[in-house]
Amino acid sequence: MEKLRYALYTGCTARESTPELLKSTLAIADKLGIELVLLDEASCCGASHLQDYDDFLSLVLNARNICYAEKLGLTMVTICNTCQLNTAMTKHRLDTNPELKAKVNAKLAEVGLEYKGTSEVTHFLYALVQDFGLEKLAKMVKVPLSHFNIAPFYGCHNIRPSELQNLSNGGENPYNPTSLDDLIIACGGVNVDYAEKNKCCGFHAELQSPHTAAVLTGNAIAGAMDANADWMVTPCPLCHLKLDVQHHAASKAIGRDVKLPVLHMPQMVGLALGCTPAELGLNHHVTKVDFV
Amino acid sequence: MDALTSQQVTFKIFRFNEETDYLPFYNTYTLEVTHEEVVLDILNRIKWDHDGSLSYRRSCRHGICGICSIKINGKAILACKSRLFDLIKIFGTDLTIEPLSTKRVIKDLIIDKKDFWEKHAHVNPYLVSDIVEEPTSEHLVSPHDAEKLNEADYCIQCGACHYSCPALAINEQFIGPAAFAAAYRFSADVRDEGALKRLHIVNQEAEGVWDCVKCMECAEACPKDVNPIEKITKLHNMIFEANIAKNNVATRHAVGFAHSITKHGLLDEGELVRYSEGNIGVMKHIPEAIAMFKNGKIVMPWNMPKSKNLDEIKKLVKSSSTVKF
Ligand code: SF4
Ligand code: SF4
Ligand code: SF4
Ligand code: FES
Repeated sequence: MEKLRYALYTGCTARESTPELLKSTLAIADKLGIELVLLDEASCCGASHLQDYDDFLSLVLNARNICYAEKLGLTMVTICNTCQLNTAMTKHRLDTNPELKAKVNAKLAEVGLEYKGTSEVTHFLYALVQDFGLEKLAKMVKVPLSHFNIAPFYGCHNIRPSELQNLSNGGENPYNPTSLDDLIIACGGVNVDYAEKNKCCGFHAELQSPHTAAVLTGNAIAGAMDANADWMVTPCPLCHLKLDVQHHAASKAIGRDVKLPVLHMPQMVGLALGCTPAELGLNHHVTKVDFV
Repeated sequence: MDALTSQQVTFKIFRFNEETDYLPFYNTYTLEVTHEEVVLDILNRIKWDHDGSLSYRRSCRHGICGICSIKINGKAILACKSRLFDLIKIFGTDLTIEPLSTKRVIKDLIIDKKDFWEKHAHVNPYLVSDIVEEPTSEHLVSPHDAEKLNEADYCIQCGACHYSCPALAINEQFIGPAAFAAAYRFSADVRDEGALKRLHIVNQEAEGVWDCVKCMECAEACPKDVNPIEKITKLHNMIFEANIAKNNVATRHAVGFAHSITKHGLLDEGELVRYSEGNIGVMKHIPEAIAMFKNGKIVMPWNMPKSKNLDEIKKLVKSSSTVKF
């Protein structure tokens, strides 16, 4: 098979509050022989909040980001669900609306860029599941995670709205997603089922609506604990921050002590591939990862 | 291989009678279902052949009255529109049938939608306009203007989105996706003159659009592709455009992204929290900030990464901004 190559859109979080996500992404890409070209020119996706303020500006900025992947002739991979949502949403809106695309391109022309629509946008999780292949990955596992009950936490913005996400996630059903479960199994782990696995972590309303956000976080961790999970795994750094850092507020909000280690998707894969905890940045977690 | 034309399915059905039952329970039926049948056919068969006391709502049988909405394995559906074979594809052959909201059951699958209608009424869901008592011609709306509604007028008030919304399940004040979609539908209508009042209603803290957690459940649940969250985003935009956004944590959180992108290309996460909360409000985040700092999760201002070709971004922010705060 030809070597897989992607343009990596890191998003802001992986460069700031979850440095372990970028580290572990690069570490497993290296082990798997996937080449990731960093898009250092890219700006923030707006995280669906800039979209609330200035929709057109957010389209222009996201289109600009995609331009840089197009220049490389590569598919863009994201490592944040919300980046995936906003980038894929921009692409879809421009690709289906020539008038809007022309308006955005008129702005991009001022900086010598043109959005063409030639690059696909997909989350790294789906690049692994669909392009790399779980069978191949399973064969490369050195340290099967067979001692662990692992709770997949999908995060909203990889699976909903399915009309948009199904363009890149292989038809995952938001009411019964399977990719992350399949990945856990490929890593030799035991996937646990619980009602909150495809629910919202509350991240996006944390400042404006702290109680709602904290209850959602608490319910998610409690659901995983009740299903006997040893730890959780998520493809989204924003879900990660919410679940890893906010368990005090979450416990208070739901009136029950909840806490579980939460791994980023590439950290889990990295453990199975035999990477060291340091290579995966496991020291950066607030809820200590004490099982390795 | 020929496609299956029938399959055996086990149905667990939620039962509860407000007047006689202390707790809800489930009845189980195993039935052979055909590829042509929709959920309503199954409910009818159970009622007619097995238990006449099973209660559910149905009327048009054409996906237009919005009365038959229920949940199957947590997914809100219209019973008269959802084919069993499509549901089996998602969930397999063990299906649990429940009311839209187990908190609001009157009997079995029938709920009291009072809260839904109250929220709906709250946003003035009608055209506000000075009408000419004796018009000489019709009030024509051009196709171009009609497009602005973005299909918000397709809503059949089924409540699927409303009872799938996690923000609403936790915060009962929250107006919710269906009523927001209605607020947008009338405010985007060229004949309407009541937009400003409606925007003030949805701009309130705790009940308004700012408390949406952006989970996209409403877009997923809607059987009419109304896409309520898209309308909620538009309401946010209209609030800024109408210049009625209050200076509070929610609005500053949205505006803060533009400031940060202009400065760094990327989002300065710490600065966003400080700017959104203000210098005093930010204090409550100190314990978690310390925990994050200890674990190398906080980037200091002098180490803040910047996008390459930042001048391009600055230029675009200048030329492409469409609103002011
Ligand atoms: S979602 Fe967050 S991390 Fe991703 S680009 Fe947007 S702001 Fe940055
Ligand atoms: S996106 Fe907002 S309105 Fe829609 S279901 Fe989620 S919280 Fe509710
Ligand atoms: S927006 Fe859709 S789901 Fe919500 S009430 Fe209307 S038709 Fe039903
Ligand atoms: S019976 Fe009217 S929508 Fe289903």
